[in-house]
Order: sequence, then structure tokens, then C-alpha cells
Amino acid sequence: MIKARVIVTLKNGVLDPQGKAIEGALHALDFSGVGKVRQGKVFDVELETDDRSRAEADLKAMCEKLLANTVIEDFSVEID
Amino acid sequence: MKSAVILLPGLNRDRDMIAAITKISGHAPVTVWQTDTEIPDVDLVVIPGGFSFGDYLRCGAIAARMPVMDAIRRKAEAGVRVMGVCNGFQILLEAGLLPGALMRNASLNFVCKEVKLEVVSAQTAFTSAYTDGQVIRCPVAHHDGNYFADTDTLQRLNGNGQVVFRYAEGTNPNGSVEDIAGIVNEAGNVLGMMPHPENLIEPAHGGTDGRGVFESALDLIGKAAA
Repeated sequence: MIKARVIVTLKNGVLDPQGKAIEGALHALDFSGVGKVRQGKVFDVELETDDRSRAEADLKAMCEKLLANTVIEDFSVEID
Repeated sequence: MKSAVILLPGLNRDRDMIAAITKISGHAPVTVWQTDTEIPDVDLVVIPGGFSFGDYLRCGAIAARMPVMDAIRRKAEAGVRVMGVCNGFQILLEAGLLPGALMRNASLNFVCKEVKLEVVSAQTAFTSAYTDGQVIRCPVAHHDGNYFADTDTLQRLNGNGQVVFRYAEGTNPNGSVEDIAGIVNEAGNVLGMMPHPENLIEPAHGGTDGRGVFESALDLIGKAAA
């Protein structure tokens, strides 16, 4: 079995109101030196295969078809 | 004209939509469940608002991958009018039937209030009851109505006259780029809009400004309601 982690983040230039609010809250907690904060999503996916190249191709297809909205989001895939 | 309303788990504006279509046209729409793979022979398909699949992953993302979506896509390709309101708009974007995306409101708040809408183009199948530049009242109720598209897409939308509604008079409730509230596809037979015209169709609602969308889409202009 392969365990993978998919990370989905907003593309550069896409407004991230939630990231902005988190950034404001960190400032409110007196963390000094906090710059820009952008938020995103993490998916941990288990795949019933040992074929890493196939897993990678499948995960990419999953991102393009469902996990990410490629109009506004970028994704990256990490395989254990 | 015959119409169909799509039903998905988590939608909650479906009954308002069915009531509006029935009252305005005199004919009840057929309802089509998310797992149905065929839509009967109709002239208008409507995806109503709500919170399909609990807004999990992204608003409309799961609904856009349900079996009924292929049937909707085939109807749209055949030139049948398709209209998505609120969550329905989000679903049409996620399905790729309209360009762009709807993001979390810039205020991060759920907004439920009345806005002003400019009818940018009355030359569409959904707005012919209005006049170009007419400003109408319309309620909104959403958390993710902040329309986004890249510069090329915006240019194309503007150039082709695909922007149908803009929030007017400083009433943009969500930070939507260029105040966009509703767009059509390039062929002009698929409309997506965040505001709820179905909730302003009779005096008991406090106005009838939303009727024009249905009178246009159902070819009822100049005809008395049955």
C-alpha cells in the first residue's frame, strides 16, 4: 500500500480572505514578525498498489478531476 | 414550455424554485434526482440553491460529479436552457459548464440581504423581459459568492457580452471581481447567478423584480400566466 499526501493551495494572485483573517488573528495573539499567511487543504490518501508511478499518475488525475479546482488552486503530491 | 428542477441532497431552495416556476408559468416542473441519468424532454433545466453535500470539499464540487451532471451537460450541448442559482451557479462552475470560480465572501460572513442588480445585457434568453442597464432588486443568501476569473477569462466574458448581472449601486455583498453576479456561457443558453430571483416574484415577497428571469427563460413575455 502506498500512502500519499496531497496539498492544495490557492494560486498566487487569488485573493485569500481566510488566510488574511488567520494572519490578523496571529497578529492579535502578539506573534511578532508574521508576514503573509495563505491557507490550503491537505488530503492523506491510501492507495492499494505498490506501483509508485501509477500512484502518482492516479493522484494527479484525482487532483485535476476533484481534489483541486484548477481555476483557483494549485496542487502538489507527496508519496511516502 | 416544460421545465425540470434538479434535486440533490442538501439543497434547500428547491421548493422555492418549484413554487416560483409553477406560479409564473402555470405548470409544475418535473423533478430529477441526482442519480438519474436522463432528464425528460424539457426546455429549461434549473439547479436550485442550497448546500449540496454540505458544501464539503468546495461548494458544488461533489454535486458536479454526480450522474445527473452528464445528463445536464448533454442538455446544455443540445441548446436546452440551463439555469443555476446560488449553489446551482457554484455547481455549474465546478462542472465546467461556466468559466471561473466562486470563492468565500471577502467579508468571510454569510450574507443574507437584498442587493441591487444591474441587468448588463437584456439580449440573453434569461433577461429579455428586462432592458439593458435596468436596475432590479434581488435577495442574496450565501457564504461563497465571491466570483473570480483570470484576466483573460474576464476579457472574454466582457467581450462576448456574457456578463449578465452586476451588483449595482455599491451593493456588492461578497467582493466579487468586477461586481459580477451572473454570467452566461458563450452559446448563451447556460446561466449562473448568485442572487435568488425566485424569492422576489409576488407581492407577498415585497416585490416582483425576479419574475423577469422566469418570464424570459420560459418564453412567457407578453403572455398571460396560465
